[in-house]
Amino acid sequence: MSLTRSVQQKLSATLPYEELLPYEQPAYVHSYVYLFGIATLASFILLIVSGIVLAAFGPQWWHFSTVGHFLNSTHYWSVQAFFFFMVVHLWATFFQGAWRDGRGLTWVVGVMTFLASILTAFTGYISQQNFDAQWIAVQGKDALNAVGVGAFFNVLNFGQMYGYHIFILPLVVGALISAHLLLVRMRGVVRPYDDAMADEVRS
Amino acid sequence: MMARKKLYYRNVRMAPYDLVKEFLVATAVVLVLVLIFSLVLSSPDEPPVTIQGVAQASPQTFVQTTLDSLDGNSPVAGYGPPYNHGTGSVQTIGPVSLQKLIGVHIPVDTAQSFVLGPLTQAAAMNPALKAQLTQFNAASAPKQAAWEDAYGKALAKAKETPPTIAIPACVCGPVAPMMAALLQMGQSGAMDGLLLTSGHFYQTDYTRPLLFMQNNAVAAKAANFNLLGSTWGVMNETGNYPGQAWLWLYTMLYQIPPYTTAWAANTDALAILTVTILTLILMFLPWIPGLNRLPRYLKVYRLIWKDYYREQRDAPPTQPKSEQAKPPVEA
Repeated sequence: MSLTRSVQQKLSATLPYEELLPYEQPAYVHSYVYLFGIATLASFILLIVSGIVLAAFGPQWWHFSTVGHFLNSTHYWSVQAFFFFMVVHLWATFFQGAWRDGRGLTWVVGVMTFLASILTAFTGYISQQNFDAQWIAVQGKDALNAVGVGAFFNVLNFGQMYGYHIFILPLVVGALISAHLLLVRMRGVVRPYDDAMADEVRS
Repeated sequence: MMARKKLYYRNVRMAPYDLVKEFLVATAVVLVLVLIFSLVLSSPDEPPVTIQGVAQASPQTFVQTTLDSLDGNSPVAGYGPPYNHGTGSVQTIGPVSLQKLIGVHIPVDTAQSFVLGPLTQAAAMNPALKAQLTQFNAASAPKQAAWEDAYGKALAKAKETPPTIAIPACVCGPVAPMMAALLQMGQSGAMDGLLLTSGHFYQTDYTRPLLFMQNNAVAAKAANFNLLGSTWGVMNETGNYPGQAWLWLYTMLYQIPPYTTAWAANTDALAILTVTILTLILMFLPWIPGLNRLPRYLKVYRLIWKDYYREQRDAPPTQPKSEQAKPPVEA
């Protein structure tokens, strides 16, 4: 028995090539409401690109370089854009009841992405090496210590937080976003609620 | 399209959709927005507090902090796990303290780490200081406490003209010259380095310097920026920037009863517990009866899909509407 063939057959059955990038969608997807997911992905790409440049020059560079400070600003505003679009996307999918018809896992992975992103942003704030980093670290440590997490996740340890921020957590967020997108492609977008149509027809 | 999807989208009009173009346009638009915001609003970068800066700007604050560290009156000295076996900051959830259960993992003895350790290193080049340290270490605990107490009373009457401070004479044994030496070390910048060192050449762990400064210098500066926990500080940052606005729910708990009243002693632990429960509810919403039908009752979807419903309503009836409406997969 060839494991490679089994995996290939499973993948072909679950997510055929043409479903990864379909060229047609239900007509109701042509709406601004459906743009916030892709805008979140676009913000994530900008976050990664600006983050790679910042990491390449080291954590202190942006404090002393005008170009570095501008790069930091693009990273900062990409974070703000990322969370803005993600939260609007979350609300939009909530109001659609987007977990219906077997899409529960897609919803769970989406919420996990949101949580991992919060942790990534938190470690980013702590890695800034400025007063905000100091204050957020000393303030945040009490909550983490109160539930026993601070012993292993020491927000006062810059090296540990920087490692989490530039490698471990972006990897987790990237993997979760990939899984979320694959699940959306496998299942497609959810159908509109039907009782509303009936109401509309009656009115 | 897969047969399963065809079945799912039956009676739904399909239309061409260019996902790649959508992604490229979205990226370009977000990039332009980010560049505009970056150029116009920049990003916050308030310089960090240093021990040297504190010692020079407010010698009294610095000396008081070191004295508190020596006599065990600083909040960190009695904090509890993960730093030491104190109880000052130990929190519980009901009868359980996860903090105590996990125990001490980042040991910090404030007298040793913040005062006696740095002085011992400085004493290697200062015979007089070495003698004072020897005298202090050889004294009994009550004697040490008496010297510290006397020095504390004198310090309260000190006159500060930064960067100098005039402390009235007292019967404080070696404590007065020890504190004077530490102030010199602080003002020279030596303390910043000595607290950072952990026995290795490379340093990345700021636990000790941050713990040393947190209750006086860092907290005072945070108050100036309106960043204390009682004023939504957890989600705010310096300047007029949005900060971590996504933490609003968690931060809100620190502003309302019972977190600020009956639960005040365990606010952090209970706020984390509350947010964890709410997060689990959000995560498993699809399977929670009642809540998973909330969007249907709220009917915001009518606005989201209004064109779809209009199209369905105006479509010529090819089959009974009730059948058109029936989904192939049950919710």
